[in-house]
Amino acid sequence: MHVTSPVRPPLVTGGKTYADVTEDVCRHVEGKPTKEWKIAFIAALVVLIYGTACLFWTWWEGLGVWGLNKTVGWAWDITNFVWWVGIGHAGTLISAILLLFRQKWRTSINRAAEAMTIFAVICAASFILMHMGRPWLAYWALPLPNTFGSLWVNFNSPLVWDVFAISTYFSVSLVFWYIGLIPDLATIRDRAQNKVSRFIYGTFAMGWNGSAKTWSRYEYISLILAGLSTPLVLSVHTIVSMDFATSVIPGWHTTIFPPYFVAGAIFSGFAMVQNLMLITRVVYRLEDYITIEHIESMNKIITLTGSIVGIAYLTEFFIAWYSGVEYESYAFINRATGPYWWAYWAMMTCNVISPQLFWSRSLRRSVTWTFFISVIVNIGMWFERFVIIVTSLHRDYLPSSWAMFSPTFYDIGDYIFSFGLFGTLFLLFSKYLPVVNMAEVKAIIRSSSERLPKNISGVAKGARVANPSFNKDAE
Amino acid sequence: MASVHAIPSIEERFEFTSGAKRNLLIGGAIGLALIIIGAFLLANGSGHETAHAAENAANAGADHGATAAQHEAGAAGGHGGSSWMTRIWANIWLNAVYFTGISVIGMFFMSYNYLAQAGWSVVFKRIPEALPSFLPVTGVIMLITFFLGGHDLFHWTHEDLYDASNEGYDAIIDGKSGFLNTPFFLIRLVLYFVGWYFLWTVLRKASLEEDRIGGLTNYDKSVKFGTAFLVFFAVTSSTSAWDFVMSIETHWFSTMFGWYTLASWHVTGLAVITLMVVTLRERGYLKAVNHSHLQDLGKFVFAFSIFWTYVWFAQFLLIYYANLPEEIIHYKERFSGYGGIYRAPFFINLILNFFFPFLVLMTRDSKRTHSILKLACWSIIVGHYFDFYVNIMPGTVGANAGFGPVEFGFILVFACAFIWFVSAQLAKANLIPKNHPMLEESLHHDIA
Repeated sequence: MHVTSPVRPPLVTGGKTYADVTEDVCRHVEGKPTKEWKIAFIAALVVLIYGTACLFWTWWEGLGVWGLNKTVGWAWDITNFVWWVGIGHAGTLISAILLLFRQKWRTSINRAAEAMTIFAVICAASFILMHMGRPWLAYWALPLPNTFGSLWVNFNSPLVWDVFAISTYFSVSLVFWYIGLIPDLATIRDRAQNKVSRFIYGTFAMGWNGSAKTWSRYEYISLILAGLSTPLVLSVHTIVSMDFATSVIPGWHTTIFPPYFVAGAIFSGFAMVQNLMLITRVVYRLEDYITIEHIESMNKIITLTGSIVGIAYLTEFFIAWYSGVEYESYAFINRATGPYWWAYWAMMTCNVISPQLFWSRSLRRSVTWTFFISVIVNIGMWFERFVIIVTSLHRDYLPSSWAMFSPTFYDIGDYIFSFGLFGTLFLLFSKYLPVVNMAEVKAIIRSSSERLPKNISGVAKGARVANPSFNKDAE
Repeated sequence: MASVHAIPSIEERFEFTSGAKRNLLIGGAIGLALIIIGAFLLANGSGHETAHAAENAANAGADHGATAAQHEAGAAGGHGGSSWMTRIWANIWLNAVYFTGISVIGMFFMSYNYLAQAGWSVVFKRIPEALPSFLPVTGVIMLITFFLGGHDLFHWTHEDLYDASNEGYDAIIDGKSGFLNTPFFLIRLVLYFVGWYFLWTVLRKASLEEDRIGGLTNYDKSVKFGTAFLVFFAVTSSTSAWDFVMSIETHWFSTMFGWYTLASWHVTGLAVITLMVVTLRERGYLKAVNHSHLQDLGKFVFAFSIFWTYVWFAQFLLIYYANLPEEIIHYKERFSGYGGIYRAPFFINLILNFFFPFLVLMTRDSKRTHSILKLACWSIIVGHYFDFYVNIMPGTVGANAGFGPVEFGFILVFACAFIWFVSAQLAKANLIPKNHPMLEESLHHDIA
């Protein structure tokens, strides 16, 4: 017997039955694409096509089209990469760590968050390929015994560790997401009204029959994958931070980087989840599943991780002074007061100050404020990487080498490419797959509903689309 | 299943028996005797050891970080004949820092459980709740030790470092004097203990009042003050780690150090909580704690032992990799300095705090078994003593360190005093918080 304390706020409102959950979530998968979706999709596609053209030119002409110079040899390319990888942390944190902590509020947001994670990692990977200039040789990053002589990857390089860390993370996240989808795909298969969708969803459902044995395996594999993913959530951004921290560049070499990058990644990931979920819940009318409680819980995590990041900023600043190392002290003073002061203070304001607004209960329960601050947070997290990367590089050891970085048309265009890619993928996901994990939400209906309908069970009957059965029992 | 879900009585009182008190007094007396014997032996054999110190300090300074190493060694050796006194002060400081950590983690655990609306941990909540009662003791001890032995422990307290006309002037340490100066250090030291202890008394009072009158006011109040503690501790956990430990090697710095110490304190505190829960169960208390609680406690210990290792490794790898003289000296001293006497504790630290608990707590069943949980917890409790030993001893006693009657004696005295205070605190209230709003959840906690 499980008990849920009455002091816990409900996670499902509107007195939903099991059948209602199926109806409410399947509605948009089974229906025709709406006009709004079509407009959004075309917009995303246009952005993607524009970005692809820019990217094509970057590869055709060479990386010289970027604004890099001999001093600042790494700027938007790596900033965008780290930014996207960071965003890709929330999904696995929600599905893995919150599963281990048995947080019931994860059930209605994990699906979309994991999808977001996978797409964000794809966007990040695209910047790795862009870096290479010759993407058709990308396999050179793998430690393959090669036919070109005794040439191996440099195992001492954190960039090679990145290849392993990110590809592992991507694979496990994908498997986790897919396994979680299987019961829902089977539901859609069983409800399908034409052969094509029955075949496609049926194939991906892999013969799921909902027996006790399949559920038992589902629970086991979820826990095993959660156990595997938890260290991966930490390892990915740890290794990304080592791309910088293993060097001897002032402002890059600092031991706090690994956990501080992880906290920052979760921070930006949750902000992105907020942005996507706030739109999705309105468009798909899922307010009864993604409630203000969910939004508030995510805002609390944003405040927590934002504060951890703030403590890390202050620690770095303090130790730069405390160390008495001239270079280190200069790097930090230059960040705050040098030519890139605006980037530094944008980062400080967006990342450290703005999440503190969520100490106010009414602000963290306000949809408008949540959306606004989430956007601010992701702007801030982009600036954080820009500040770390560019301000540390632009003042070289030799003053004659000092330089500034200005992005070109193609720096911007390639960044826009990633937005097009992300938007296109997410819109495809949100149309053709259930954005909420029906099976797992059903598992918490009994314990966490605001009010239970008279008869909680019952099956959606008959011509479902023409005559939806949801909410019948509630009345 | 009936047996699993049969809820035993929640009326339970811990009895701090006169037999237990007697044993603790005897333990403390043995500890004291060991300290006296050890100190006597050290005082008479110190001439021999000082010679070693000079020789080994030279070894340690064999590379780029020579000045730093000699400075630190100077702090220990500078006072010549009193090196055995330094060892006494270092031992007191080490134990005080270590037990401060365990105590304050009790408060940390309570606070984040309130903030996260955790339900499962309520049934044994009185155990972490009792730990911070020891804070005033370690606070006073640290204050006194700083006054009496501060010069022996903290190189930066020496006046001649700050006088530019002096031969011993140290520009780097002088640069830190805005932070590392006696008045500010004392203000911080007092602030930490007053802040931590005060916030704990608020939570403790609310918790006891909840037992009497029920309702939600005290719960809501605890969430607020627990959060306030977390904010305060977010800053003070780092600054106290810099003050108590990092400033000993005054030249050395690492941005990770605050979180490193927090991770170390945290897993030790979790191991102590788990060990206490298991021990109380074996003595017939805490009948309402079931195997699911034990497994979850085991998971916490397991996870945070890995987390400590992660932080340890990240700090080590980055310093090793960059190989900057002002940073690498820290590991150089521990690995090959002072005739290599710190190499053994350096590795014991990793074995006891990571490899052993990692392998032992891996399976589900081991986290549900008393004997294995006790083994893993003891490994971590002993292991983190070595963690602080490795961090504190090289900068204070340097080559004069050892592991003899003095070390055992101080551990015994501190442990007995700690157990005394915590037991007395436990006996003051019902062992299970009767009216906690999440109690039902915790009593029926079942993760199968």
